[in-house]
Amino acid sequence: MDSFLGRLGRPRALVRSDAIQRFLAFGALILIIVFFSITSPAFRQFDNAIGILIATAVVGVLALGETFVIITAGIDLSIGTVMTLSAVMTGVVVTNLGLPVPVGILAGILTGGVVGLGNGLLVARLKLPPFIATLGTLNVARGLALVISGLAPIYFTGTPEFNHALMGSLLGAIIPGLDIPNIVLVMFGAAIVAALLLGKTILGRYTYALGSNEEAARLSGVNVDAWKAGVYALGGLFAGLGGVMIAARVNSAQPSLGFGYELEAISAVVIGGTSLSGGEGSILGTVIGAFIISTLTNGLRIMSVPQEWQTVVTGVVVIFAVYLDILRRRQQQ
Amino acid sequence: MRSKRFFTILGAAALVLAACSANTGASGAASGGGTAKSYIPVVSKGFQHQFWQAVKKGAEQEAAKENVTVNFEGPENESQVDKQMEMLQAEYDKHPAAVCFAALDSQAAIPLLQKFKDAKIPVIGFDSGVDSDIPVTTAATDNIAAAGTAADKLADAIGGSGKVGLIVHDQTSRTGIDRRDGFLKEMKSKYPNVQIIGPQYGGGDQLKSADLAKAMIQANPDIKGFFGANEGSAIGVINAVTELNKSGKIKVVGYDSGQAQIDAINNGLMLGAITQNPIGIGEQCVKAAVKAIKGESLPKTIDTGFFWYDKSNINDPEIQAVLYK
Repeated sequence: MDSFLGRLGRPRALVRSDAIQRFLAFGALILIIVFFSITSPAFRQFDNAIGILIATAVVGVLALGETFVIITAGIDLSIGTVMTLSAVMTGVVVTNLGLPVPVGILAGILTGGVVGLGNGLLVARLKLPPFIATLGTLNVARGLALVISGLAPIYFTGTPEFNHALMGSLLGAIIPGLDIPNIVLVMFGAAIVAALLLGKTILGRYTYALGSNEEAARLSGVNVDAWKAGVYALGGLFAGLGGVMIAARVNSAQPSLGFGYELEAISAVVIGGTSLSGGEGSILGTVIGAFIISTLTNGLRIMSVPQEWQTVVTGVVVIFAVYLDILRRRQQQ
Repeated sequence: MRSKRFFTILGAAALVLAACSANTGASGAASGGGTAKSYIPVVSKGFQHQFWQAVKKGAEQEAAKENVTVNFEGPENESQVDKQMEMLQAEYDKHPAAVCFAALDSQAAIPLLQKFKDAKIPVIGFDSGVDSDIPVTTAATDNIAAAGTAADKLADAIGGSGKVGLIVHDQTSRTGIDRRDGFLKEMKSKYPNVQIIGPQYGGGDQLKSADLAKAMIQANPDIKGFFGANEGSAIGVINAVTELNKSGKIKVVGYDSGQAQIDAINNGLMLGAITQNPIGIGEQCVKAAVKAIKGESLPKTIDTGFFWYDKSNINDPEIQAVLYK
């Protein structure tokens, strides 16, 4: 208790330690990039850099929402399949119902928000442990995606503008040669929005407050339940956006794709220095975390490392990141 | 103190990475494209399943023979369309001499395959291949011929006349359509006295297929045989026959392998089954890639062959090599 109060009394130290983890993560990312660049000429190409950016986009956006939830000391296991459900919803609206693409995009994002709000109510109102509640919604969303799609992928062949909106390159049209697909800009845009929400708004402040001491927040008059539900809904909105992005990327809504993506997102968040015990974390860290995973995966793939070992290495990196987090805490005390 | 730890940790990270690179130095060098050996990635629909491991084995055997380097990879499960595309993209960045590819979703892969085509890198389809004209050839099982053989074996076993049931996994997939049509065509043209009940579709689900088979047996007590067109369908039929105590009285022919079918054949519940030749698929696709690199012309499809196996040959090394449990 003593040390806990002590930590509360040293908010500056918290911020600084956060920055150290981010610096470490960033250093690790640079190290990975330098290492692969030296060992493999194929890695250094512009095309491959674009490949890494695209590979980061979807999981990165999922991880942004997950960051908020984890800062409240919660967890959302459903984001992977909520992403799927949102993708399928976009497909149903655009292809099956023939409505305009922007309506489909909105429907996808809102679907995520609605399921996220459902998670929030289960956790905040019905007091279910977040792990269990979101494990339940994981399966609900997974099943609903199959039901709504009719067990088959929904293609966007009739609406090429949807794929083009995200996989085309606005930047390349302005600056020839710089063909960075819009989906990457969407990720960075979403990251900026997330960083502003977390750093500059009351939602962000309460997100930290819920994670560091929920009881204190409640006693100081914060409507804890409402804000908590809001955080899960926000996480769902990001998952919905991720769903729209993956649908555009594979030019189809794949009803069985997405299970397991939640773990990748959670790994990105943790590597980025967000503590699973809540109260601290940052969007910048999460973005770096997401890039560490995708760059590592890409680099190992480029070097033709056997696949089973690629998985092992990714696992080791996560364990490593969490251990760093523990080391850092110990030093603070 | 803090910075000391920091550097220790960075150092450790560097060690981990160095260890990885040491492990794979050989293949890494080959993939650089600087050496004389052609590099041919094989991007499959999976890598953990026994079937895919057998394809991998075939591809690697052929690569050793042709003196080329292959790299076999595939996503963890057959729904990960985006992961497969990331793999294909990474392979494109390595400037391979050719690529072997079995698409999880042809639609999603076509823009990327177009890049291969534009860069004049030949694409060889295998297994289900790619639904497009980009691949120069596709190495796959001739499911029509294989199902025809199943029809011959079943008709022989029932003496060329009587009722047989047909249970297929689905009516939309390429394999479902080909196996159904191959079986029906052979039966109708060669065995006019055989009456076919069905086809019924069980989604490849063992329970569903079992229920379908049971209903067919109830409605046709004089039914003499069954063909289950994939592993799940065949196991479903075996379960139905066992549950209704008709084993021995009804001849069952299956497809692919798996422990349940292998056991059923060994203890006489099942007459035999068709197995594809995953090793042959791996060999043929790499062989075709090498030919494509040399600029030789290739047929649009390459038949990778199949085997009939029953109690008499199930333990032959040739059969054992292509069966999975």
